Amino acid sequence: MIAGPLPRGLADNPRLDTWIGFETPGRVRIATGKVELGQGVLTAIAQIAAEELDVDHQRLDLVSGVTGDGPNEGYTAGSLSVEGSGGAVRIVCAEVRARFLAVAAARFGCGVEELSVEDGAFRRDGQPTGFDYWRLAGDIDLARDITGGARAKSPEAYRLVGHSVPRLDLPEKIGGGAFIHDLTGPDLLHARVLRQPWRGAVLGPLDEGPLRRAARRPIDILREGGFLALMGEDEASVEAAAAVARDKATWSGGEQVPDEVTTGGWLRRQPTTDRVIAEGGPAAQREHVEAAYSRGFISHGSIGPSCALARWDGRQLTVTTHSQGVYPLRQALARAFRLAPEAISVQHRQSAGCYGHNGADDVAFDAALLALRRPGQTVRAQWTRADELTASPFGAPMAVELRAALNADGLPADWSIEIWSGPHGQRPGMSGAINLIGAEALPGAPPRTLPADVPDANGFGSARNALALYDLPAQRIVTHFAAAHPVRTSSLRGLGAFANIFAIECFIDELAEAAGRDPVAYRLALLTDPRARAVVETAAAMAGWSSDEPRGEGIARGMGFGRYKNKAAYFAAVAEVELDEDVRLRKVWCAVDAGLVINPDGAANQVEGGVIQSASWTLKESVRFEDGRPVCAQWDDYPILRFSEVPEVEIQFLDRRSEAPLGLGEVAQGPTAAAIGNAVARALGARIRDLPLSRERIMNALL
Amino acid sequence: MSGIAPELVRFTVNGRPVAVDGSGDVPLLAVLRGELGLTGSRFGCGLEQCGACTVLVDDEPVYACSRPAWSVADRSVTTIEHAAHDPVLAALRAAFITEQAGQCGYCLSGIVMSARVLLVREPCPDRAAVVAALDRHLCRCGAHNRIIRAVQRAAANLAAGEVT
Repeated sequence: MIAGPLPRGLADNPRLDTWIGFETPGRVRIATGKVELGQGVLTAIAQIAAEELDVDHQRLDLVSGVTGDGPNEGYTAGSLSVEGSGGAVRIVCAEVRARFLAVAAARFGCGVEELSVEDGAFRRDGQPTGFDYWRLAGDIDLARDITGGARAKSPEAYRLVGHSVPRLDLPEKIGGGAFIHDLTGPDLLHARVLRQPWRGAVLGPLDEGPLRRAARRPIDILREGGFLALMGEDEASVEAAAAVARDKATWSGGEQVPDEVTTGGWLRRQPTTDRVIAEGGPAAQREHVEAAYSRGFISHGSIGPSCALARWDGRQLTVTTHSQGVYPLRQALARAFRLAPEAISVQHRQSAGCYGHNGADDVAFDAALLALRRPGQTVRAQWTRADELTASPFGAPMAVELRAALNADGLPADWSIEIWSGPHGQRPGMSGAINLIGAEALPGAPPRTLPADVPDANGFGSARNALALYDLPAQRIVTHFAAAHPVRTSSLRGLGAFANIFAIECFIDELAEAAGRDPVAYRLALLTDPRARAVVETAAAMAGWSSDEPRGEGIARGMGFGRYKNKAAYFAAVAEVELDEDVRLRKVWCAVDAGLVINPDGAANQVEGGVIQSASWTLKESVRFEDGRPVCAQWDDYPILRFSEVPEVEIQFLDRRSEAPLGLGEVAQGPTAAAIGNAVARALGARIRDLPLSRERIMNALL
Repeated sequence: MSGIAPELVRFTVNGRPVAVDGSGDVPLLAVLRGELGLTGSRFGCGLEQCGACTVLVDDEPVYACSRPAWSVADRSVTTIEHAAHDPVLAALRAAFITEQAGQCGYCLSGIVMSARVLLVREPCPDRAAVVAALDRHLCRCGAHNRIIRAVQRAAANLAAGEVT
């Protein structure tokens, strides 16, 4: 029997044939609502399906992210795909296998226990029967709801799960036409859309003459309010005209962003929705340790620009997108265009790396709107580098204040965390808003609906990982949510966990220092969860951590720990930095407990990438604002970690194959930042509490 | 209908002579991906800052996103699609798959092209040499260490005569 309730995706989409089919001889259709974002999820899901069905994973045809053809599993987000969709596919495949075996056993007049499956063929007492899934498929009705009554394989029997299967999609991505950018269609029109530099900006008069001259070929100019699009058969001409349009456009009104929006002080002065999540219990001590930390705006910085294709034939709108959620996008488009959702089909195609709510949905709106205005033509809209870096929603700024009194043993006698944050969830459809920037630029666009914080049930937004996982006295947790923040911010890998774990883990080091204790020993003194202890101890052992780690000598190490959302994977890291004018991150040792790991190399790849990306955010990244708009239109204005700057990364997964899989895609973000922050503090002999730990801040700290 | 007369530009791509419309300053990348249908080279920034579009012109790495097509007249252009006929590119591609050196993969074809230049010049590069050769490329997923290992693996395989 399946332990516990059905995964949400399966409860919402209970029919077996939504997930699986044997329509083509020798092939198995497996449908998932989750999409490939570069994280390798489709390979992991194929492994799970092939394992439960006992077929070669090469026989699987994965259907992923197609409205009307596969389960609606919402967004591919929150490190939930393997736990959720993988869990659903496991249960579905186990049940389907059991039903086939029951039918086969009845036909052979034998017991089910006499049967086995080898690459889809049924054997009786190890001998071929001449029957397989496809020969029996006609006898089995899969248009029925899941019962959840079949027993899935036990981990000891796994032959494919738990092994490093190479990514199915990688070969085509090195040189093939694997990406949405490579698609074309009949009667293709390339499109570029001018973006508002800030919310509500009103576009002034724009002379079309210079645009047409720059194009050198005929182009089609469409303007509706602040939505200006350039279209044509020749992409280079459209791009040339768009460059002139961006240069000549004048904007007024709206919510121009003040330069000081990047400071924690500005954020704290904004009107906020305040919430006491937990009351805590102040200790009697008068002396408290207090510290305030912050992070700025972070750009997703996908290497490929957002892109979409759309076509309207007068009855059906077809949209091809790299959105994280084809069903929510369809719903938002239906509302924006006042179409029935059934009149829109949305299919996912892969794009460059996606780390959260980027421009994918917005560019899909661009293409869809233009397709409606130019029926019968395929419209291919692509963002520029500047659009990608400046118009995608940013990761939200946060300020975090921590406060604790220490008892006679140097351990916290009370604990308080207070968080100020911009929104972490403004995806299409969230908070009842359409949330597509193209729609906001159209004439008569309704005033924007203020977003709510991400619901607690989804792992919190501002307060994600605000609850420290340590054995502490009652923790006071308060959030101040700036819903009306003028800058469009939304989900970026980790949401509030990045700043909260950075703050909590730095603060733990500060408390250890105040108590005169080694920070690793101090953590262990506050941790009873054996799985949490194990990752901390393992990371420390990997790094050869000693209780007399050097301090203030230019090279130092620091630790960071966290369990993502306090319910996904456990992670601890030790970072080693070398300091002169810059921070040189030399090495990061990591220990991960993700329960059963479906694909160890794929999981390691995700964690390594998370460490390096987090290091980039921590050391380099923060968007500046000038003249009302973000100053990060090109990579030179928004540097990220380069080949010459990446640390060596060593990872060890704890062997927990008998435990349930735990999501790990975002697990490294917060603890890595904290490990670096703590290492820098030890190397410098002074603590920097505002991210990024830039050269300027280090120079200031050295003075 | 085109409003201007095409200006034919002739060069070779992966050993094949081509004649394309190079009027205006149409970028080489647009010609490769559009007219010639070679979609393996990627548009990343259009500003020579990320390297996703890197191709070889007379065996030198070039940012195809901003290089006008007319500038490669009579020259030899090599793209990732040549991997089927080029032992060094083939060895690199195989090694990238062996090392699972990538996540989204968008930056990889450009990186492989720069790595080919390195391996032709320096058959057994150390880590520092690989890093120096690839420092013009950006990867946002954090696959750098795997990519460095893949380039070194390709070098070792080529040195051992393992042609894939």
